[in-house]
Amino acid sequence: MVQHEQTQIESLPFEPSAEEIKKQKLYRDMGITEEEYTKICGFMERLPNWTEIGIYSVMWSEHCSYKNSKPLLKKFPTSGEHVLQGPGEGAGVIDIGDGQAVVFKIESHNHPSAVEPFQGAATGVGGIIRDVFSMGARPVALLNSLRFGRLESSRVRYLFEQVVAGIAHYGNCMGIPTVGGEVMFDDTYEGNPLVNAMCVGVLKHEELQKGIATGVGNPLIYVGASTGRDGIHGATFASEELNESSEEKRPAVQVGDPFMEKLLLEACLEMVEKEILLGIQDMGAAGLTCSSAEMAAKGNMGLDLDLDRVPQRETGMSPYEIMLSESQERMLVVVEQGREHEVHAICEKWGLQSAVVGQVTEGNRYRISYQGERVADIPVSTLVDDAPVYQRSQKIPDAYHEMQKFDAEADLKDLDPQTWLPRVIASVNMGSKRFVYQQYDHMVRTSTAVRPGSDAAVIVIRDTEKALAMTTDGNSRYVFLDPEQGGRIAVAESARNVVCAGAQPLGITDCLNFGSPEKEEVYWQLAKAIDGMATACRELETPVVGGNVSLYNETKGAPIYPTPVVGMVGLIQKREHITTQAFKADGDEIVLLGETLAELGGSELQLLASGNISGMPPHLDMEKEKAVQQLTLHLIQAGFVRSAHDVAEGGLALALAESCISGGVGAHICMETKLSTTTTLFSESQSRIVITIAKEQMEEVKSIADQYGVPCQAIGKVSDDAYLNIEVNQADVYRFSIQELSRLNEEAIPCAMNQSLTTMN
Amino acid sequence: MRFAVPIFPGSNCDIDCIKAVEDVLGEPVSPVWHQESDLSGYDAVILPGGFSYGDYLRSGALAQFSPIMKGVVKAAQEGKLVIGICNGFQMLLEMGLLPGAMLQNDHLKFRCDIQELTVSLNETPFTSLYEQNESIRIPIAHGQGNYFCDDKTRQELEEHDQIVFRYQGENPNGSTAAIAGICNRERNVLGMMPHPERAIVEWMGSVDGVRLFQSMLKHGEENHGAA
Repeated sequence: MVQHEQTQIESLPFEPSAEEIKKQKLYRDMGITEEEYTKICGFMERLPNWTEIGIYSVMWSEHCSYKNSKPLLKKFPTSGEHVLQGPGEGAGVIDIGDGQAVVFKIESHNHPSAVEPFQGAATGVGGIIRDVFSMGARPVALLNSLRFGRLESSRVRYLFEQVVAGIAHYGNCMGIPTVGGEVMFDDTYEGNPLVNAMCVGVLKHEELQKGIATGVGNPLIYVGASTGRDGIHGATFASEELNESSEEKRPAVQVGDPFMEKLLLEACLEMVEKEILLGIQDMGAAGLTCSSAEMAAKGNMGLDLDLDRVPQRETGMSPYEIMLSESQERMLVVVEQGREHEVHAICEKWGLQSAVVGQVTEGNRYRISYQGERVADIPVSTLVDDAPVYQRSQKIPDAYHEMQKFDAEADLKDLDPQTWLPRVIASVNMGSKRFVYQQYDHMVRTSTAVRPGSDAAVIVIRDTEKALAMTTDGNSRYVFLDPEQGGRIAVAESARNVVCAGAQPLGITDCLNFGSPEKEEVYWQLAKAIDGMATACRELETPVVGGNVSLYNETKGAPIYPTPVVGMVGLIQKREHITTQAFKADGDEIVLLGETLAELGGSELQLLASGNISGMPPHLDMEKEKAVQQLTLHLIQAGFVRSAHDVAEGGLALALAESCISGGVGAHICMETKLSTTTTLFSESQSRIVITIAKEQMEEVKSIADQYGVPCQAIGKVSDDAYLNIEVNQADVYRFSIQELSRLNEEAIPCAMNQSLTTMN
Repeated sequence: MRFAVPIFPGSNCDIDCIKAVEDVLGEPVSPVWHQESDLSGYDAVILPGGFSYGDYLRSGALAQFSPIMKGVVKAAQEGKLVIGICNGFQMLLEMGLLPGAMLQNDHLKFRCDIQELTVSLNETPFTSLYEQNESIRIPIAHGQGNYFCDDKTRQELEEHDQIVFRYQGENPNGSTAAIAGICNRERNVLGMMPHPERAIVEWMGSVDGVRLFQSMLKHGEENHGAA
């Protein structure tokens, strides 16, 4: 590389000078350490000015650079036979045959949602949709994964209500069905709710786009909403802990305009269809800075940006503000020189503005001009490829081994199921999520074959026999008790869910929500959880094709439960394989696949009965897991299965009750066990699935199960008498009215949301 | 029978309506951009659901000024079939082709569900293949579906037999007289909040929307011969 003297480019008169930034260590307010500052000065061979240090600060934030998590993320398997695009672009892409591919990604919007829940959640949805259509895909479904504190707190009720409303606002207006997700409530999320949004899209292989800038002289075109002063430093805000002054960061939260995004979506897909684009990237976190720098870095090119041409909705914006704004609904595209007018014409049709704001250049300089003056000049690779990477130190938390010694079963095995099943089913975590999903339009686009409320949602692909099953999953209690087991379970359970819908799991996207990586215990949790997830992904052949890391989820110094959320997509070959959890016909045989062990650590029963969790979480044996999934899929594809339901939180008792409620029928259960009745019913042992089959096929199913080495036990029959009767060891008999269980289940969240107005707090 | 589906910026059920006509009837159906104003080449118009122009003002309030609405009004005057579904219903109200107005759902939340309806009037070109007072299940998905009209208008609607669909059981939005859909006195213009295009195949959860489209075709064929 040719070394040449870099001439100083000063800050603008109203900004701190490069010298002041250095002397007063102003970079620290932007989240840059002294060590990092020194490194930057070295890269630039001079002192960075205000705009330049701002650009580095967002590009080197955890949110954009993954500087704390990169060494760990390398452990994920990211390739596979069908992977067309792994991590590194807007979203991952997996081949589904017939020249089509599925595109999906999950992303967090936790910190914005903590201070401005409606817009925070809405723009989280907007951002993930852009990630998917910037790949050239038509978004076909949305999912989400939400965590809140307990609903006894009025602040939490406000956050929950507004987050759901924000997601509904954006997704409904866009006309993309929100088909699935999960919501859990726990003290650990009191001040730091989690809002993870996932989008799934479909494209034809030849439509696949990349976020890349190529071809010297080619124009960089800005499309969409104008740039304002909203969301400045959002990426930095997302990379620090929440505290009392976080409320002051409310202006760092962007305001979403789903109508604008709908226009942007249609315009971009029209550009894809007309094959105009060389590169396209969403202006998401760190806005214009991140999108343009990443595009240039990927193309090994330089870039000249002219900020005077950037559409602005406020006057007097400084280059620093323009570059760091996170205004929503904006896209950056690169086309061949001379084709600018084609982009302009499409934008005009959709009522969008577009402007050429830069040019691809030879070399690797990232140069910015403002009012005719050069205001920044940075070697582009140092923003992206040379971002720092930290190997943090790890430490097992002091209480960890002590906690694991606790015998959860001894504590719980004698509880009365007659009392506890109604309590479990009426808890807000196990309760019906109808309150949430009926606010989401989950049927628009008329492709939703399995609506919210079953194990996985199913979207059919028009003009084919195929369908996609999708789910989001993650039990943070297990991860807290044992990060590695918990990580495995998160992946395995999500795969099990899509298998229960009749799908072959294809791959995952993950959102890693953790506390501060600067704490050794938290970093250990992150490392172990990733180990567990990576193992499960390898074994189940579901590569990680994209995702997002959200660290610094803490309030008042306490980290949240480590919460990896897995978004899984599976492929259903034929529509007739689509399966739901609902029990179907009177007399159907109810069959439990898999083995129940005494595993109550971290269970829903433990949480409800003792108020906290301890002990060992369920153990996940990858061989058993693979076998039960393969068996279930085999049985579904061979036409044996009438319903399939994963046994998860709440154990067998809850799985049976849910299948009865969904089907509007009862069941007569009659089983033998060496465990206590309570343990049998509420154990959360993994690798178990409840299926129903025609009673005359039991022998055949059993012999197939034997071939897979999966324990297969007939445990009762579906009945039309509207009661769930459970008889264990011919002695303990319990009887529950399905209508009553259903009512308890349906009312759980609405009741918790309607606290008496006189209740304090 | 030739169907037109006007598309506004922010429409999002346009494709669903087009697919429904294709799949249920196999008749020609065309998307028509909102800046066109001539619909003379079509026999029926389906105003689709969505959030036209973002609907940040009042649902359907801006759409009424769209050039395409000239064509819609003309089609209605000529006795062609015009159906507005969800946002389309809101537009018909804003344009005055149907009486009344739409309010926010009484519980203030968006509601998406498969809803039981009563076919209160089967003597329309849209409902002739349903039984009078038949119970059907059709999906709803709206935040502003709380149909409102004054007592006088309501009386007139009842006197002239213009209430076509009513919600059964719990009213999902608080609408006057549980109204889910109404037609004009000539019965060639129908507005309804539920989405018949979302109930045409078994896996959608209901097929009760099929007969609405079939009724339209039957009317078309009876009045103009096979298209």
